[in-house]
Amino acid sequence: MDLLAHLPALQVLIPMLSAPLIVLLQPRGLAWAGATAVALVSLAVAVALSAAVMGGEVMDYEMGGWPAPFGIALSVDALSSLLLLVVTGAGAAALLAAKPSVDQQIELERQPLFYSAWLLALSGLLGIVVSADAFNIFVFMEISSLASYILIAGGPDRRALPSVFKYLIMGTIGATFYLIGVGLIYMMTGTLNLADMELRLGDVLELNPVLVAAGFITIGLALKAAVFPLHVWVPNAYTHAPHMVTVFLAACATKVALYVLIRFDYMVFQRALDEHEIQFALFAMPLALLGILIASAVAMFEGHLKRLLASSSVAQIGYILLSASLLSAEGLAAGTMHIFNHALAKGGLFLAVACLAYQYRDLRLDQLGGAAARMPWTCGALVVCGFSLIGIPGTAGFISKWLLITAALESGPWGWALVAVVLVSSLMAVVYVWRIVEALYFGETPAGEQATSEAPLQLLLVAWLIAILNLYFGVFPQVPLTLANDAAALLVEGAL
Amino acid sequence: MTPESSIYVAILLPLAGAVGIALAGRISANIREAVTLVTSLALIAVVWGLLPELMAGGRPGITLGEVLPGLSIAFTVEPLGMLFAALASGLWLINSVYSIGYMRGNQEKNQTRFYTCFALALAATMGVAFAGNLFTLFLFYELLTLSTYPLVSHKGDKATVRSARVYLGVLLTTSIGLFLPAIIWTYVAAGTGDFRLGGILAGRLNDPEIGLLLALFVFGIGKAAVMPVHRWLPAAMVAPTPVSALLHAVAVVKAGVFAITKIIVYIFGIDFLFLSDSAGWLLYLAAFTIIAASLVALRQTNIKRLLAYSTIAQLSYVVMAAAILKPLAEVGAAVHIVAHAFGKITLFFAAGAIYVASKKTEVHQLRGIGRRMPWTMAAFTVGALSMIGVPPTGGFVSKWYILAGAFEANNLVAIFTIIISTVLNAAYFLPILYMAWFERESADAPAHGEAPLLAVLALSITALLTLAFFLFHGPVIELESQVVMGVNL
Repeated sequence: MDLLAHLPALQVLIPMLSAPLIVLLQPRGLAWAGATAVALVSLAVAVALSAAVMGGEVMDYEMGGWPAPFGIALSVDALSSLLLLVVTGAGAAALLAAKPSVDQQIELERQPLFYSAWLLALSGLLGIVVSADAFNIFVFMEISSLASYILIAGGPDRRALPSVFKYLIMGTIGATFYLIGVGLIYMMTGTLNLADMELRLGDVLELNPVLVAAGFITIGLALKAAVFPLHVWVPNAYTHAPHMVTVFLAACATKVALYVLIRFDYMVFQRALDEHEIQFALFAMPLALLGILIASAVAMFEGHLKRLLASSSVAQIGYILLSASLLSAEGLAAGTMHIFNHALAKGGLFLAVACLAYQYRDLRLDQLGGAAARMPWTCGALVVCGFSLIGIPGTAGFISKWLLITAALESGPWGWALVAVVLVSSLMAVVYVWRIVEALYFGETPAGEQATSEAPLQLLLVAWLIAILNLYFGVFPQVPLTLANDAAALLVEGAL
Repeated sequence: MTPESSIYVAILLPLAGAVGIALAGRISANIREAVTLVTSLALIAVVWGLLPELMAGGRPGITLGEVLPGLSIAFTVEPLGMLFAALASGLWLINSVYSIGYMRGNQEKNQTRFYTCFALALAATMGVAFAGNLFTLFLFYELLTLSTYPLVSHKGDKATVRSARVYLGVLLTTSIGLFLPAIIWTYVAAGTGDFRLGGILAGRLNDPEIGLLLALFVFGIGKAAVMPVHRWLPAAMVAPTPVSALLHAVAVVKAGVFAITKIIVYIFGIDFLFLSDSAGWLLYLAAFTIIAASLVALRQTNIKRLLAYSTIAQLSYVVMAAAILKPLAEVGAAVHIVAHAFGKITLFFAAGAIYVASKKTEVHQLRGIGRRMPWTMAAFTVGALSMIGVPPTGGFVSKWYILAGAFEANNLVAIFTIIISTVLNAAYFLPILYMAWFERESADAPAHGEAPLLAVLALSITALLTLAFFLFHGPVIELESQVVMGVNL
């Protein structure tokens, strides 16, 4: 039995089948250990898959041996493998660090359920990424969304409940729109398999329903991906979730939806509909630009640390969408790199926030004054990841920014305007990151509770690991860069 | 040590020193100071050890590796960079001696953080000096900004943090908003960002793109303090004086004008720019900055702010000289980097010594101080005369070369600017000297003595260097002439 060939299925099945088993691990600490072990195994599977598809290979898998397009097909190529690395990496890192923070926020009796939901969310996200079948994507999208709602509402913050309700409504609308779109395509082509769809759309005579389907799918996924102006569920959901849940979700949840959007649009619609890439660009680019500028501006004035970083995430999603809307291989490579690099930067930042939250109940900036004196290592990791967010050379964030600016310059006469937006938003990022730094290092210590010591070693070590990875991939970006370039080549080849 | 490995060591040594200082700070202050001094001595040995190779025409270089296709971290040692690195490493030692005297005399807090960030800033400076392409230059340029921020915000009180915000804000805005796009544009247009004699843009860009790109570079390199991106310099005066000495003589501002000069010579090319129609504005902008900054300096009552505006003017001497685009002027630009460094560091050392000894910060408080602090004021006098350009100080030498270049180019604007600014320099420095030496201090002035020994030692050394440069500037001329004569690279 060739294990490598079954990896695409195992990538999803291992966390999915472990989830109910975790519930049985009642003794304290065991649920966490079990979940972390599963996450690490999933990361190993993702690494193995990435190694296998580097160089432009595509791994196909048929569930149960049923041939496509009758059976459910899974497929892993360079783009999927990069997303797999991001999702499993975020899951593993967050879980490795989770124990102290979760012990503080969630009662011991509920923890097995919590970790079980986490693994379900992980398997859902991974399922979306490996699926080559439109309806399968929907199924896993629902699994991951429902599990995410449980995770976000799982913490002690009561304000999480209305936030989750809002996320639930918007997320369900998004999923429903996606389903309507898929239904329309199924009507016109008779297939749900993505590759088959691409072929059969060439034979379809009446293309209007397909265009409508494209519209529904795009809007639905844009809701899930927090594209401006459909992003309003993000700030509250990220802020009031348990801190480790924010680490995990902020690093990968919205990016998976963007991945589906890009894959659908580039591989199905652009190859079938004439001029669709222009429509996509005309839709995506203005929204991306608005999202970048407005979300960055909001972050500049935000007073709560987590909400500030959540607004920043919306802006960064804008960068990825902007890169995709450039319709070039360079643009797609830049966007894909940014999926990876932003996950590193934002994941690291929220890990540092989790460290701060271990000692500080109130995470508003004016309540965090002088934290750096008592928690120097935490704030150091935050600063390093903040630099990566800004795009200081030597960090991972600079790489994707350079790629994006170069791609924008080569995209045509309006490239300079796009570059100006990217640079202005980088300066806004400097402002909001520096507000955090000033509060932590120079802020007045507020009366009331103060941190008595540094965060636990477990949290700190993982936070610093991610911070160092930000620096490492800023100087040695070759591995994700190769995957990103392969992904871009796969998406753009054959397109008009 | 091979020249190539010297480059590695020159950057890694201050980095290792920073770690050593941070660790030693937990043990004892004296050990920590010793680490700083030993590191700076070792750095001088390594950097100055490269001189023989350079004088002979060698241009050692190393490439560390490609980060992105076409984008690599590479180092090359050429005359301009050699000059800058030698200056920075030499003055770090003297600045460290001064810092010990100042920080202890003032009983400053957070001294370990101070010395650690100093070492980090020097590592970044070495990286800037030896950068072999635009990307490497940008990388270390940003690291220099970030590593000097904790030094500028050292005091930690509200006013200092606000000024430090201006410092960081102006420098990061210009570097991310203007310098970075200029670099990316260069890479896209020329296919490379390597520094090559004769430039890399010939045939790739036309007017007015050349002028626009030059503008992006000049305003993007905010550390050169060309107006209107000069506001960070007076704002940075909230830093302790050893930091101001570092900023104004050793690392930050010199990194700025060095970068502009290097880009003019090795990215654009002197002849290429001379033939272009859209680059002439730089000379007028620099001339304006010189005059305007000197006029503002006239109105300053705070000693350090006066010196800050004097620095802005002196930096634009370098930019103006580089913009004349004639060989003698280019040499003059390089020489002025050195001459101004010696003179200005002396002036700041003196200002800091006065503060430590008497807590005086304003110009009018210097009445009769020559009697109480003769050594300090003697050094201040030498520094001031060098700024004005009076022989036998180093400032005279560089002014001579710049004037010669201006005459060679028949550039009346440059000539008149130099004359007028010399008069203005005299107008704000000579009254201070007169007040200090020839007036009596008021009867109720508190008594005080000279500054701590180490501070006085340091400022005496730099004053002597200012005088010595007048006599022994030959090797610098010889080295920099290699650039304009087109030797190697």
